[in-house]
Amino acid sequence: MDRSSLLQVRGLTATVAGVEILKGIDLTIQAGEVHAIMGPNGSGKSTFAKVLAGHPAYEVTGGDALFEGRDLLGMVPEERARAGLFLAFQYPVEVPGVTNSSFLRLAYNTVQGGRGRDELDPLEFDDYVQDKLKLLDIDPALLERSVNEGFSGGEKKRNEILQMAVLEPRLAILDEADSGLDIDALRIVANGVSQLRTPDNAVVLVTHYQRLLNYITPDYVHVMDQGRIIKTGDRELALELEGRGYDWVADEYRARQVA
Amino acid sequence: MDAVTNGYVERLLQGQGQLPASPLSWLNGLRAQALERANALTVPTTRDEDWRFTDLSPLYKAMLEPSSQAVPVDAAAIEPWLIPEADNRLVFVDGAFAADLSALRPETGVVIAPLASALKRHGDRVQAELGRLVPGVDDAFSAVNTAWLRDGAAVLVDGERDARRPIHLMFVSARAGAAVYPRALVVVGRGSRCMVIEDFVSIHQGAGLTNGVTEIHVGENASVRHIRLQRESAAAFHIATCGVRVARDGRYSGVSVSLGARISRYNLQVVQAGEGTDFQIDGLALVSGRQLADTHSFLDHALPHGRSRQLHKCVAGGAGHAVFNGKVLVRRGAQRTDSAQESRNLLLTERAHVDTKPQLEIFADDVKCAHGATVGQLDAEQVFYLRSRGLSDSSARDLLTFAFAAQIVERIALPSVVKRLEDVVRPKESKESR
Repeated sequence: MDRSSLLQVRGLTATVAGVEILKGIDLTIQAGEVHAIMGPNGSGKSTFAKVLAGHPAYEVTGGDALFEGRDLLGMVPEERARAGLFLAFQYPVEVPGVTNSSFLRLAYNTVQGGRGRDELDPLEFDDYVQDKLKLLDIDPALLERSVNEGFSGGEKKRNEILQMAVLEPRLAILDEADSGLDIDALRIVANGVSQLRTPDNAVVLVTHYQRLLNYITPDYVHVMDQGRIIKTGDRELALELEGRGYDWVADEYRARQVA
Repeated sequence: MDAVTNGYVERLLQGQGQLPASPLSWLNGLRAQALERANALTVPTTRDEDWRFTDLSPLYKAMLEPSSQAVPVDAAAIEPWLIPEADNRLVFVDGAFAADLSALRPETGVVIAPLASALKRHGDRVQAELGRLVPGVDDAFSAVNTAWLRDGAAVLVDGERDARRPIHLMFVSARAGAAVYPRALVVVGRGSRCMVIEDFVSIHQGAGLTNGVTEIHVGENASVRHIRLQRESAAAFHIATCGVRVARDGRYSGVSVSLGARISRYNLQVVQAGEGTDFQIDGLALVSGRQLADTHSFLDHALPHGRSRQLHKCVAGGAGHAVFNGKVLVRRGAQRTDSAQESRNLLLTERAHVDTKPQLEIFADDVKCAHGATVGQLDAEQVFYLRSRGLSDSSARDLLTFAFAAQIVERIALPSVVKRLEDVVRPKESKESR
């Protein structure tokens, strides 16, 4: 196995409540790359994202995944986060009674501590987070509210992007970060991804639509269907999917399997 | 069991006869009456409907004796419990007033004094109210408290005064093995306002019985904020009754927080004595280990246009047990009552246990009443969300527990108390992350 890759997934299978959802995924991501994972509803895209983040509802039944050469699947979710993996949730969870600002600082300091870096006190952290807000053009009022409580769909996605920007992960996985967003919110998401895009980091965009890819040009586009990646291409593939749908990719794949 | 309970009231009353008689005959009469009543009663067992879930047999087996002489306590011992915002403070050590630990900043129209001196200077006022609100003729514990009545805290506010400084009534348990009988009387006259913090603390780790009675009279258009903190030793037994009477357009808002004691029971009875009253009743009980915390509240809407809001939360960890029984009675004629009660309970472990019973009895036909109860564990999706941001499983759980409890704690309008209580339930930041 190539240990220099940021993420290397081989033959990954996973079940939820006894039903196999992932049926053997292979994916290699190098630092500096942007990958898009597309596919119809129920193809396993979101499951793949959650399995990488360590969601306890999913059971990994086979395969392996190395994150910077370390066994990702052997880590608990918080170890993955501290190692630099970030999942922007499709449905961010509301946490009443915990203010966004204190949560962000707690998360930041925990992740920093996990990387052996210095923590920031509340004042230092406020400077840090205000910079991020400005960069992303997010309303600072978001900080004083309870985490995601009563947020609109767009506010929730923006909040995920803010968390991502604050935590500065090495690998960010955005699960349908673009669905249900108006153009302004979509720009914020795209902008957040661009900010994170450095030669050291990588981004996976799990998406149903091609729209986000107008703002962020992926290096690779993967098509998932029935728990597998059945085709990989570049930006052109995404455009083709937009025009032709997914069926032809599945047909092609089946033809190859028969042959 | 019966052998133990039968003699128990007598045991609690041993030595009561040696109490020095008061020069006030009515007070002696009050005691004598209570003694007679106590002698006719037995202490409750789990066969009593009101005590089904709260087994006091560990109390009945404990060897306790009345506190005869006060243990000397120095200021440093109570320092951790002080509330900077409350510069009016009455401290009682094992039931006896401790002048040297108390601090008073007199305000016109506001009497804050040990009962013994309030009796001398405002005897008529005290006589008119003391003992009126001790609910339930069948309650052995409050009868025993009254039989032992010697000292206590008196707060009298009159003349449309706004007692701006919070009043801290601190009841210190100083000697393990003692049975003590705290007493407080709060009388707030028409149009006046005050905030009283009743605070029960231990400066030892041992067992002891605190058997308290509090009476609060809220006058017409008066307002009382009542904070009650029970933070006694984890081995203590704490049984307390609070009676509140609210006159026309009066407002009573109470926040009770129960953290300590092996077994605690708080009986709160709020009675509407005029139209247009407003009750805001909030409670939080935190139990862990083998603690049991029982809250019984009774909101009595007897007249029209009463409003009540009640939110009671329990957080049960370890093999802890929390009990809530919240009765709301809307009597015939109490039209336009607007009442909402909510009991929310969080179980942190499989061994933790909660019994909650909202009890709504309505005899009027034009009312708006709602009640609800939930018992649940921490939400797995919330825990995962926080862990995916780097928080450990235990930090995530602590933070969510904190948030659950903080909703009540934040209703205490005293920043230092809020901070102290939040520290009790606050997650230990990122300590274990490295």
